[in-house]
Amino acid sequence: MNNILAIAHKELKGYFASPIAYVVIGLYAVMFGYFFYALLLYFDRQSMQMAGLGGGGGAVNVNEQLIRPVFLNTTVIFLFILPMVTMRTYSEEKRSGTIELLLTAPLTDFQIIAGKFLGAMGLYAAMLAITVPHIGLLFYLGNPEWVPIVITYLGLLLMGGCFISVGLFISSLTKNQIVAVMATFTVFLMLWVINWIASFTGPRTQEVLNYLSITDHLDDFTRGVIDTKHLVYYLSFISFGLYLTMRSVDTERWRG
Amino acid sequence: MIEVQHLTKRYGPVTAVDDVSFKAERGEILGFLGPNGAGKTTTMRVLTGYMPATDGKAIVAGYDVLEQPVEAKRRTGYLPETPPLYPDMTVEDYLAFCARIKGVPRLERAGRLQSVMEKTQIADVRKRHCGKLSKGYKQRVGLAQALLHNPDVLILDEPTAGLDPKQQNETRRLIKGLGGDHTIILSTHILPEVSQTCNRIVIINRGRVVAVDTPDNLTARLRGSETMYVQVDAMGADAEGTLSSVPGVTHVSQSDRRDGIVGYQVESEAGRDVRRQLASTVVGNGWGLLELRPMRMSLEEIFLQIITTEDAAAAPEAAPAEVTNE
Repeated sequence: MNNILAIAHKELKGYFASPIAYVVIGLYAVMFGYFFYALLLYFDRQSMQMAGLGGGGGAVNVNEQLIRPVFLNTTVIFLFILPMVTMRTYSEEKRSGTIELLLTAPLTDFQIIAGKFLGAMGLYAAMLAITVPHIGLLFYLGNPEWVPIVITYLGLLLMGGCFISVGLFISSLTKNQIVAVMATFTVFLMLWVINWIASFTGPRTQEVLNYLSITDHLDDFTRGVIDTKHLVYYLSFISFGLYLTMRSVDTERWRG
Repeated sequence: MIEVQHLTKRYGPVTAVDDVSFKAERGEILGFLGPNGAGKTTTMRVLTGYMPATDGKAIVAGYDVLEQPVEAKRRTGYLPETPPLYPDMTVEDYLAFCARIKGVPRLERAGRLQSVMEKTQIADVRKRHCGKLSKGYKQRVGLAQALLHNPDVLILDEPTAGLDPKQQNETRRLIKGLGGDHTIILSTHILPEVSQTCNRIVIINRGRVVAVDTPDNLTARLRGSETMYVQVDAMGADAEGTLSSVPGVTHVSQSDRRDGIVGYQVESEAGRDVRRQLASTVVGNGWGLLELRPMRMSLEEIFLQIITTEDAAAAPEAAPAEVTNE
């Protein structure tokens, strides 16, 4: 465990020593802020209208009509940003030769990979932390429920974990960061839109496609529901991504 | 301490290392000598557990590198050809990270860091970023990293590459000093380096071990005959025939000629000193004896001779392997 944390710590420090962390967090803050503001205006008008109709302010639900759409809409930002986080994890080590240090240190492949995963998750968590003040503001102005919000964050962490595990795997395949970033982005996008054609296919295929879509599983979390179905999906997706990375690193060794 | 048995490594159709076997005892410094592309780096990478061998076995500090990689790695320090540094980290942070992943206990870390930085003389750059260091410093930080966990076995891939002559000497002295406690394998294509630092030399060419011996034995083994260099002012006469007739001389050839002064290479039977007869013959003929000295084969010549005979035997049509000297 100490070894895993050592790698995770190094990764996280690496992000903050280079401009990557600041760019990624900064871009996310700008985009999230804009999404939040736009949806807040929309929500504002909606509640005004409701009040005008004589329904009273209580008819609108902050959780359902503001917080949930904000998070569901902003997940698209991660699609662009997370490939930038994962692109260098392996590619950079391979290019600079530091991979020789890691692979000849008394570490197992799993420790290296888990450390890198946790490091990237740390940066991702820092991005999510940017959103906390926005949500906190709503507690100051209104009266949202906090349980669904916590569960939404849990869902977001798991979803990000899936993206990061795939990103790690793709980064382990190439020395070239541009290739890594483009391939990761493509895979993310495909996982995103894979169920768009679901309604045009047969019932069996439709079910499979819907199940594969990473974002579809987030829906219940944003409602404040923890369904084991989704937990199993996310956790097995992450494990599979990390497993593929391990195979890839091992194969690379044999190939030399 | 290190045992390599019938090691073979193929990259697809290319055989980089072909049935290599050798041993190194505790405290020994083994020099790995060969032209570029001979398979030195590949052999070292197998020994450090960076990559598995296609065939054969490598045992380091009593542990098979394939079966018990973590145990073997715990006892191995490795300096790759390019020092594996993170450009964004300071030297101090980098070494602290290395100490942590190499399993140096928390309480000993600061002390170990201090001592390796002193040994490799990098304490003055401890706050600098690794990416901003000169090649010489990078190399030494890489060496410091290899020494951190006080390993039984040190594997150094061209440890003096990129250093200036003064630093090269210091590094060699440092390596020599480490010899007693650590078993060291160092690779190089710089010949004087091996003769200065190593107890034993493994000459490797085209993936095969060509010779394993001490520097002295290698020199002796290859000196089948003695060669003298004689420079004569023969006043226009031809001295070659006269010199050949000296008892014990087997072959005379002219090596240089300038303004009537001729230099000859005189080969004689092994173990027979012909210097007195040569001198008296030259002087007896009324010529001027300007120079008379034994020609020792340097390690360089031995090396070239070994690998060229090897290449000629293996592939007569192939061009001789590229040899880089300093």
